[in-house]
Amino acid sequence: MTDYVIRRLAQTLPIALLVATLVFSLIHMIPGDPVEMMLGEGAQRSEVENLRHELGLDRPLIQQYGSFLGGLVKGDLGSSLHFGEPVTRILARHYPATLELAFASMLVALAISLPLGILAAFHRDGPIDHASRFFSLLGVSIPNFWLGPMLILVFSIQLNLFPVSGRSGLASLVLPSITLGTALAGLLTRMIRSSLAEELHKPYLATAQAKGLSRRLAVVRHALKNASIPVVTIVGLQFGALLTGAIITETIFAWPGLGRLIIQSIRLRDYPLVQGGILAIALTYLLLNLVTDVVYAYLDPRIRLR
Amino acid sequence: MAEDYGIPGSGRATLWAGAVLVVVVLLIALFGPLLTPYDPTTLRLEQRLETPSLAHPLGLDELGRDILSRMVYGARISVGVGLSVVILAGLLGTLLGAISGYAGGRVDTVLMRLTDVFLAFPGILLAIALVAVLGPALRHVVLALVVIGWVGYARLVRGQVLQIKEQEFVTAAQAAGVRAPRIVLRHILPNVLPTLLVQASLGMAGAILAEASLSFLGLGIQPPTPSWGAMINAGRSHLLDAPHLALFPGIAILLTVMGLNFLGDGLVDLINPRRRRSGEPRED
Repeated sequence: MTDYVIRRLAQTLPIALLVATLVFSLIHMIPGDPVEMMLGEGAQRSEVENLRHELGLDRPLIQQYGSFLGGLVKGDLGSSLHFGEPVTRILARHYPATLELAFASMLVALAISLPLGILAAFHRDGPIDHASRFFSLLGVSIPNFWLGPMLILVFSIQLNLFPVSGRSGLASLVLPSITLGTALAGLLTRMIRSSLAEELHKPYLATAQAKGLSRRLAVVRHALKNASIPVVTIVGLQFGALLTGAIITETIFAWPGLGRLIIQSIRLRDYPLVQGGILAIALTYLLLNLVTDVVYAYLDPRIRLR
Repeated sequence: MAEDYGIPGSGRATLWAGAVLVVVVLLIALFGPLLTPYDPTTLRLEQRLETPSLAHPLGLDELGRDILSRMVYGARISVGVGLSVVILAGLLGTLLGAISGYAGGRVDTVLMRLTDVFLAFPGILLAIALVAVLGPALRHVVLALVVIGWVGYARLVRGQVLQIKEQEFVTAAQAAGVRAPRIVLRHILPNVLPTLLVQASLGMAGAILAEASLSFLGLGIQPPTPSWGAMINAGRSHLLDAPHLALFPGIAILLTVMGLNFLGDGLVDLINPRRRRSGEPRED
């Protein structure tokens, strides 16, 4: 197992380096002069030169790259142009809100998809199965930037059940997490159904029943456990995808997380903060993939021996 | 279990429902503008936020523009972006995936590590980053979506090529002295085509949703060009007094994306009837 973890780490580090390189190069993809772009029209020549020097953009590219990576290792991503604060400090302040939203959305997704997927697998090609198929396709098709405002319209404006926006206690978490979790619920329902349906046909269930176990116990003890392995992987990988989905959801509900911060800093042309936010999400995603793979290998010994 | 060997009823139904929805949206995008009575950019400030009526079946927006006309023109943007992204990303991904799978060795390693980097960015994060630095414009949206889209095709085609190149008809062609590009083009890729079609259908759904997301965030299509995503964003500030602004464009996106997803899903069953029987997970 340790070998496997080391091997996966060795695969992840170069990718993390390349991801950081890509994020570093973003600022150089800005058409024209990035510094003039950040300061906007009408900036004084001296202001432009000062900022250029401050950001180190007057140095040779290789030096800029070196200090970017060096800073990254030390947790220093420069300062926000707008807030004048260190980027990492701002990110740390917004990170918990995004994690909270992602966790809540995952719970919503599991609460819908587990019962629906299991029921569909047991009643294959019956009405429940067809309904679950329709629901999962609907779930992955519904735009969350539309679902959010519609939920606000019905549950906040008309029924006055939940706050329209902001982060103030459990009630304020309900609509954002439904908005973000619905697509995942659709995807997971499908996964759980097919994963369990496959297990239900395997000979070991007949063996377990032949040995005197009831069908129900055989399913609960054996099939559900085996069916959960691919689902765990998807849950892990999709958690990272929730972090991106949070960009839109946080914008709709004025949720004070990383996603809203990224969009705000794009509007403010605060590129160091944009870079930092993108990097924070991408590296979290990489880490989650690594953890998921390790958990998967732990659950399924065939993987780590490959 | 005889029915398991054909497409089960629900699979065929999704295929048809998807195909009909997609054809309708394509027709609206192609011919709709010939039928709309109003220009999508004409302002009628004195009639702003007017609710649906006979003259304006879906009402008027915050600047008094006809919402139905804007949605019809918006369909052109959505379909145009969707098709461009699928074609460009599909071609690029297929080319690189085929090279990677057929050549193997170091070429394969390098190309697959490259896809790993792009896959390290979840969802549309990289597209948001690219459009943020390049600036909001239609061509930048397409570029950004191609940059994140090609990877899926490359991985898919590579996997298929790896399987197919071991088959006897490929070995026979190699033995007969057929050159590699011809083997890939004439013998391998036709076998990958059905799977590619599924990916294209699902990929177009993803691209349309992504374009609308970017436009919703203000990073995509810029006003006054009508875009479904931007229309929903504008409607957000009028949920209280004029909810129809956000309602209708959302339904348009939902039906279009659902049509493409249904189509893709139905195609999977058509190509691989075994899936429903064994409950094989969908590869996407």
